[in-house]
Amino acid sequence: MAQWAWLVALFPLLAFALMEVAPGRLRLRRDTLGTVAVAASFVVSLAVLVDVWAGARAAASWQWAQVGPVQIPMGWQVDPLSAVMLVVVNLVSLMVHVFSLSYMEGDVRYGRYYAILSLFTFSMLGLLLVDNFLGLFIFWELVGLCSFVLIGHWYEEKANSNAAMKAFLTTRVGDVAMLIGILVLFAHLGTLKYGDIWSAAQSGQLSLDVITTASLLLFGGAIGKSAQFPLHVWLPDAMAGPTPVSALIHAATMVAAGVYLVARAFPLFSLSPTALYWVAVTGGFTAIFAATIAVVQDDIKKVLAYSTISQLGYMFLGLGAGSLVAGSFHLVTQAFFKSLLFLAAGSVIHAVHTQNLHEMGGLYPRMKWTAWTWMIGALSMAGIPPLAGFWSKDEVLLAAYRSPYPILFWLALVAAFLTAFYITRATWLAFFGTARDEQRARHAHESGWRMQLPLGVLALLAAGAGLLGASWFGHPFTHFIAGSVPAGTHLAEPEPAGLVQGLALLAAVAGIAVAGGIYGGGWVSRASLIRAGRPLYVLLKRKYFVDELYGWVFVKGTVALSWLTGAFDRYIVDGIVNAVGWLGVQLAYATGDFDQAVIDGAVNGVGQAVEGGGRLLRRAQTGYVSTYLVTLATAVVAVLILLVLRR
Amino acid sequence: MLTTLVFLPLVGSLILLLLPKDRHVWLRGIATAVSAVEVLISLLLLARFVPGQAGMQFVERASWIPSIGVQYYLGVDGVSLALVLVTSLVTLLATITSYSIQQQVKEFYALLLLLETGMLGVFVALDYVLFYVFWELVLVPMYFIIGIWGGPRRQYAALKFFLYTLAGSVIMLVGILALYFGTGLGTFDMLALQQAGPRLAGSLQWWIFLAFFLGFAVKVPIFPFHTWLPDAHVEAPTGGSMILAGVLLKMGAYGFYRIALPTLPQAAHQWMLPLATLGVISILYGALAAMAQKDLKKMVAYSSISHMGFVTLGLAALTPASISGAVFVMISHGLISPLMFFLVGTVFYERLHTRMLDELGGLFDLMPLAGVIFAFGIFANLGLPGLSGFIGEFFTLLGSFSTFQTLVIVSSLGLVLTAAYHLWMMQRVLMGRAEDLGGGHGPLADISRRELVVAVPLMILVLVLGVYPGPLLHLMNPAVLHLQNVVQVASRWGGM
Repeated sequence: MAQWAWLVALFPLLAFALMEVAPGRLRLRRDTLGTVAVAASFVVSLAVLVDVWAGARAAASWQWAQVGPVQIPMGWQVDPLSAVMLVVVNLVSLMVHVFSLSYMEGDVRYGRYYAILSLFTFSMLGLLLVDNFLGLFIFWELVGLCSFVLIGHWYEEKANSNAAMKAFLTTRVGDVAMLIGILVLFAHLGTLKYGDIWSAAQSGQLSLDVITTASLLLFGGAIGKSAQFPLHVWLPDAMAGPTPVSALIHAATMVAAGVYLVARAFPLFSLSPTALYWVAVTGGFTAIFAATIAVVQDDIKKVLAYSTISQLGYMFLGLGAGSLVAGSFHLVTQAFFKSLLFLAAGSVIHAVHTQNLHEMGGLYPRMKWTAWTWMIGALSMAGIPPLAGFWSKDEVLLAAYRSPYPILFWLALVAAFLTAFYITRATWLAFFGTARDEQRARHAHESGWRMQLPLGVLALLAAGAGLLGASWFGHPFTHFIAGSVPAGTHLAEPEPAGLVQGLALLAAVAGIAVAGGIYGGGWVSRASLIRAGRPLYVLLKRKYFVDELYGWVFVKGTVALSWLTGAFDRYIVDGIVNAVGWLGVQLAYATGDFDQAVIDGAVNGVGQAVEGGGRLLRRAQTGYVSTYLVTLATAVVAVLILLVLRR
Repeated sequence: MLTTLVFLPLVGSLILLLLPKDRHVWLRGIATAVSAVEVLISLLLLARFVPGQAGMQFVERASWIPSIGVQYYLGVDGVSLALVLVTSLVTLLATITSYSIQQQVKEFYALLLLLETGMLGVFVALDYVLFYVFWELVLVPMYFIIGIWGGPRRQYAALKFFLYTLAGSVIMLVGILALYFGTGLGTFDMLALQQAGPRLAGSLQWWIFLAFFLGFAVKVPIFPFHTWLPDAHVEAPTGGSMILAGVLLKMGAYGFYRIALPTLPQAAHQWMLPLATLGVISILYGALAAMAQKDLKKMVAYSSISHMGFVTLGLAALTPASISGAVFVMISHGLISPLMFFLVGTVFYERLHTRMLDELGGLFDLMPLAGVIFAFGIFANLGLPGLSGFIGEFFTLLGSFSTFQTLVIVSSLGLVLTAAYHLWMMQRVLMGRAEDLGGGHGPLADISRRELVVAVPLMILVLVLGVYPGPLLHLMNPAVLHLQNVVQVASRWGGM
């Protein structure tokens, strides 16, 4: 079955193409078309995974372009890492498709929404399947395009189109770094194919400096796409899009791409301790940085957004600590519990028409299904065993603990506490306590099977998917994923440490307990808490003022620079051109004057001279013969004198 | 066959002049038929062209002015053939676009066809005198097209265009003559002079290169010789803008490709760095200047300067990948920029009568199909992978990186700036509410069928070239390798 893996990407592409060109009748059924296509993809991807799990591999490549002597092939491959991700992406996308049938019903751009969902899914699947960096970059950008369109889905509001632009441009900054990284690799090896690059790097064809440079530049792309500090700013704003889209972006597509890139290029990264160090530091810092912000957010989607940034940080921490398994495992489990949380949030928002946690409360009795599935996702993310998040987070923490920089472990542990805290806070504010808005709470209700079914499916996975990597079963995931990198790649397989598991569990329970105590138990009031830590509260609430800083430096700076350039162009460069033109015209006038006064003057002067001379000579024409004779004689004498003198 | 290709429009132009001037349908019909036949002839050339073979094909050669060694000498390689295809296609589409012109229809189409003869002649001429004649022939009809059928500042723009490029081409003529007398071969044969050029003294080469540079740089245009372009593009009628951006700009870059680089290779090596630097400046400067514009058409015009910067960079880097990339950008920009000018100048302007960004908005909802096509054009122009713009830029950067590492890194900032102003353009034109559109318009008609005839072929080509660039790269590969080889061999030779 593995050799048919390319079908996985083909179905959504065909669906998109059909939706774009199909006339009348079919256009009305775009939702069905898209859902069926991704369902088909999902089935194929499952079969592929089973096949790959059993040891199958497949790849194909063909000539795509030739520039000068250089051949640029294009091809696809499927290995454990991509096989797993194909299933995850398809599954989450399918759930989002189904959920949206109800959530997006009656939307002004319902059909277009499904068309772009198909393209989005196709782009992400293509990204997973390609076997070279050029292909990766192509699909990488297409993923960016689709998220731009979907974030700006309701472009009537300027805030939404601004958010879409911010997402595209912020990630593009990272993309440029990534592109240069690709150029560096090509300049040294003349190929962009993964396999060629891995073997060249492992055989010592690349110097360590080049490996480090290329890895860090590639990581730049991952920082943008996976919203790591300092390019994290676009992700919270991306909430402007419809909520199911957020689920897709935060779990399966877009942000997953960055982690996948580092995991994919792990044979390269793992050769450079410096590169790994920076991956780990960026991830570790972002994990705690974003978690602190999530603690004070009032918008349910913003809480989840910062939580995603933080969880992505965990993944990079795991990868940077040298554990391919930890990073990719957390990528998989996060996809399930985060898409679950987003869809559950969507269900809540759909019911109460607000995203503000302080306008919710008391929803549990009316939305039990949503509440229970949400809580499974929340506990999974908080890291309560035996739910999925526990196992993968444990792997990350363990890798950090055994890495050369254990300080990152302690940071991650604090972040784990914060994670449990903020998700418990959000859970309580949304579902429990008294309804702070009676009107809204009274009308809250579940929204039918099309929204409930995805929640159920994802809840099952958020609960159970971790068993794939559980120690109880001998870490099957670990052995499987190790088959994604060439033999000889250094994979850290840290010794289990009881201390780490104990501390992680303690942090999770403590976070839940403290948040439960504050928000559920009423230990302290929210107002007094805010009053006590006012400066800190403001700092967190304003997200460390990063947006303000970027707004001033980059956005306003660029606009100002463009104005300057525009003015320079108009007044200086074009000014010189016009001045030259003006000078030319002046010169022409001057030439005209000169012509009239001097040249023409000279001509006229000659004429006048002749005329004057004529008038003068006329006097000589007296008519008397004697006068003529005298003149003649004088002339002869004069000539004679001249002749004599010449001698 | 090339003779037919080049002179059929001239014949068409003369026929038009014989027709009564009020028979608009006939005039348009004949002009369309002639330019459509031109497309067919170009396609026939493509079908008969043997790719993978070095050297010129379809060569036609006859003595013209034997006393000074001028020949009638035509031929194409893969690069010029690609440009011929773009030229004939864009001219046909410009012809169809210009159906909306109501005044002096006869003169307009006669000039348009005359222009086509000039443009095609430039791309197929292999004799300097012939080349120069065609080069100058292009100026005259374009001058009138801008000056008569243009916008409010048409006379200023037309004169500026004419004088600026004329000044450039006169300097180029000096270069041609210097080459002619310098080599002492007594021929204007481009290929023969290509053989002889490298043997010229280094300093003489440098000066001749300078002359060619000035002539071509104005046409490309390369910063700081670009200011005629925004005026000309904005004031020209849409058909004229399409040809200006799609074809005329390519003439300058083609000049570097065909003449300056292979004929004066040692000088080319000395000029590489300054040329590449100017290319990178053009990329960034054009993007920043575009961002500052308030007039949509002017924004598109400045984006051309930015894109042509990639062409300059790629040609200057002189590696097979960078030259292929540069030529690919030329072809791709030759398709995308006419699409953009068509949408801005005709589809939007004829309905809204404004191009000011402040007065636009909400077109996604008001004209859904036109909006999507414009979004397509925007993403193609900003270099989205999957569309042709990306391929050229990618190979340009890929090929230039080994030669000009720092410059390439600096130029990649342009990718962010380009995305920024394009998305900003999109936000201001397409997004927002229908009420954002100023001026109190009634319901707007979406893009018409005739307008689709213009837009769709361009879109299909942009998509196909973006997804599968192999055939086009294959078509021009021998020519690119030849150029690179000539320059490399000569530089080794000159180094001795």
